[in-house]
Amino acid sequence: MRVNITVNDEPRSDEVEPRLLLVHYLREVCDLRAANVGCDTTSCGACTVLLDGKSVKSCTVLTVQADGHSVTTAEGLDGGAEELHPVQAAFRAEHGLQCGFCTPGMVMATVGFLSENPHPTEEEVREGLEGNFCRCTGYHNIVRAVLHAAESA
Amino acid sequence: MSILGTRVLRTEDPRFLTIGGNYTEDLVDERLTGAVHVFFVRSPVAHARIVGIDPSGALAAPGVVAVYTAADLADLPDVPPILPTMNQAMKRPPLARDVVRYVGDPVAIVVTEEAYQGEDAVELVDVDYDALAAVVDIDESLAGETLLFPEAGTNVAIEYGSEADLDSKLFDGCEVVVKHRIVNQRIAPAPMESRGAAAVWGDDGRLTAWIPNQGAQGTKGAMVGMLGIGAADVRVITPDVGGGFGAKFGADLEHVATAWVARKLNRPARWNETRYENLLGMTHARAQIQTVTVGGTRDGRMEAYRLEILQDCGGYPKIGGLLPSLTILMTPGTYAFDRAESIAKAIVTNTTPVGAYRGAGRPEATAAVERAVDLFAAEIGMDPAQVRRRNLLPPFTEPHQTKFGAVYDTGDYEAALDRVLEAADYEQLRAEQAKRRANGDPIALGIGLSSYVEVTGGGAESGEPHENALVEVHPDGSVTILTGTSPHGQGHETAWAMLASDVLGIPMDKITLKWGDTDLIPRGGGTGGSRSLQQGGSAVQKASRELVDVARTRAAEELEANPDDLQFDVATSAFAVAGVPGTSVSLAQLAEHERLFVETDFFQPGATFPFGAHVAVVDVDTETGKVVLRRVIAVDDAGVILNPLLADGQRHGGIAQGAAQAFLEEFVYDADGNPMTASFADYPFPSATEMPSFELVDMQTPTTYNPLGAKGIGEAGTIGSTPAVQNAVVDALSHLGVRHIDLPTSPQRVWKAIQAARSENA
Repeated sequence: MRVNITVNDEPRSDEVEPRLLLVHYLREVCDLRAANVGCDTTSCGACTVLLDGKSVKSCTVLTVQADGHSVTTAEGLDGGAEELHPVQAAFRAEHGLQCGFCTPGMVMATVGFLSENPHPTEEEVREGLEGNFCRCTGYHNIVRAVLHAAESA
Repeated sequence: MSILGTRVLRTEDPRFLTIGGNYTEDLVDERLTGAVHVFFVRSPVAHARIVGIDPSGALAAPGVVAVYTAADLADLPDVPPILPTMNQAMKRPPLARDVVRYVGDPVAIVVTEEAYQGEDAVELVDVDYDALAAVVDIDESLAGETLLFPEAGTNVAIEYGSEADLDSKLFDGCEVVVKHRIVNQRIAPAPMESRGAAAVWGDDGRLTAWIPNQGAQGTKGAMVGMLGIGAADVRVITPDVGGGFGAKFGADLEHVATAWVARKLNRPARWNETRYENLLGMTHARAQIQTVTVGGTRDGRMEAYRLEILQDCGGYPKIGGLLPSLTILMTPGTYAFDRAESIAKAIVTNTTPVGAYRGAGRPEATAAVERAVDLFAAEIGMDPAQVRRRNLLPPFTEPHQTKFGAVYDTGDYEAALDRVLEAADYEQLRAEQAKRRANGDPIALGIGLSSYVEVTGGGAESGEPHENALVEVHPDGSVTILTGTSPHGQGHETAWAMLASDVLGIPMDKITLKWGDTDLIPRGGGTGGSRSLQQGGSAVQKASRELVDVARTRAAEELEANPDDLQFDVATSAFAVAGVPGTSVSLAQLAEHERLFVETDFFQPGATFPFGAHVAVVDVDTETGKVVLRRVIAVDDAGVILNPLLADGQRHGGIAQGAAQAFLEEFVYDADGNPMTASFADYPFPSATEMPSFELVDMQTPTTYNPLGAKGIGEAGTIGSTPAVQNAVVDALSHLGVRHIDLPTSPQRVWKAIQAARSENA
């Protein structure tokens, strides 16, 4: 099937298998490998990207479902004049990543979450990121990073 | 001012945050062009004879290149148990040959052109099984009615001492003796990146294998052994690694099989594990049943302690069989028992093999002794903090030798306990607990303590623990460091650059760290056992200092001066002649005509012993059994801290993993050996909602074993937090008469304990 998808602000047109998952489209067809596959049950969120600005787990979206829509991955976050987008910068400032595997998904989930709740409490941050697993940080510094990003926005 | 000891942001972060790490599954390399995809047919039953394998359905499926079974892999040797002292009949074939021994045991390999084709085709390999009785329970295995390896004549893989060695008089004269059987449950390491491999054989007959691991040199050694080829014929490269936690040391049969397929087909091959496979195929952890006995006086002095361990190794004895030796080593923990002893048996069951996981044997020791202390305190009706204070080893600065062979380097356990109690405001917590109890509050408050000492940076195969480093200054003023350690989240790129920059006066952004390529760095111990900074970091500092010495000689020639008259100015990274302004030469300039580098080894006189104390605070809903973790307050003394940002991150992650073992995680099998928790939808992996923010208290008691004064920090948090949280849950219900709840303190277990205590009281 042919799909027309805007990926990180660039319009694309690709022929894909109907069952191709969005995460595999991004990784294998678009060569965007920041989003990772961490489970097979939509539990871990390592594959989180934005679909029309809302965070989705791209392992549970078929590529054809994204036809006519816009997808943003960690590679596509715009920091403007800065090297890093404010959320990425906050993750660095607060040491919100260690091995990095959950990080692109965690960052995109945060961007999506803060767009819905720009001034969250700690508890709201924890609930907002419940669907994104991290094995390294114990979430302590991820929560700090999200609060930091909210403050600096 | 030195950069050491300051909070320095990670240099590796921008890459991870923008384009993401370059993990094995991400690799784009022309050597891997046209790679086939490797899939494993895994046993769906726990114990069975393989009657036949019919690959025809799979072979007819689109894109299937080949299907292989054990018969095809006859050129690969069987893998013996990891220690020669283990029962040598418990060998593992490269694929299950006649018998499968756990759900997930690989039976056949399916190779396809594309990844999706493989997922379909593994379902089409028809394996005929003749079921055998499954041995899932440790006691059942010990009874030996069904043997996993009949030729071994037993299910016991190895024993560390025996009942006959126990002192029948150990508890003679004790006013109080408490004995309890406790479970340190099986859990899954579950790094976010599962396992994988990419392999290609060159025209020169050499294998290049990309494998996510914790030390390329050890992984290479394992590959060489399992492939039965020469060491010169294997190159292992470590891509970015998405977490290891002890479970990515060495190499597994799937890595070997991927390399074998690449050789057989003369094509590059890749394997990427699904999470389902990971939860069945990667080693599990802990899995001990412990019997603790503690005896002492009614006024709170603990005189004698005994620990008896049953270790579940799973289907094949791997590192799991070694873990009890580390548990035994740390038997008495921080306490001054007059008498203590421990023994262990490691047995096989029809479950996933057990291996190392954050702490590897030491968390089990701490969990046992800390539970024993609380059982003793409850028996004599004394506050657990007071019992601990009464029995801790006094502070020492000269090494303290235990009868179990551990040599604690430095320690002040009482100071750690005092600090954590003060930071937690222990008295106030007890007051709140009393108030809730008086009010009949259905949400009970629990306060749990742990005091721990652990061992880090030990485990060299021979002689003193050591690590190597190569530091080179280039003519453009940049620096390359080669290390035998292997970061997978710990921040070595930042930490090692700090150490070199501090000595060489070259900015961190000009320093590049390389690791994980056995052609470039043939020697190295990898990262595990919390060894990296104390040995690998010390080696980087030593190499940097020696490089300045080498450069001094060269600068003396250049400046026609006596080396002793030269001063090295770190601010400018240059030598100048004392009292002669205007004459100087930089390290970069000194590298122009001849390579300027030093390769060196740092040897440490022994392992180091970090210690600490934790307080956990929980709410326990006495009507539902649900536990909510409110606070963890932690003192983790790992000596001198190089970068508090990194050290705190290690503590946070460690505390969370330890706490999760205490009240959430458990890998469960049914009585037939069917896994009940083989996905992230079923396995209770902790999320952000289940963890509080952690309260870290600073304490730094240097070790004299290395110039940094550093001990290991990677595992400490995990070791301290499990017993603190478990003790807190039991403490919450102590007024009801509850004395013990096994790990994890799930709502069901807590609720049952409450009901049992109530019916006993009624």
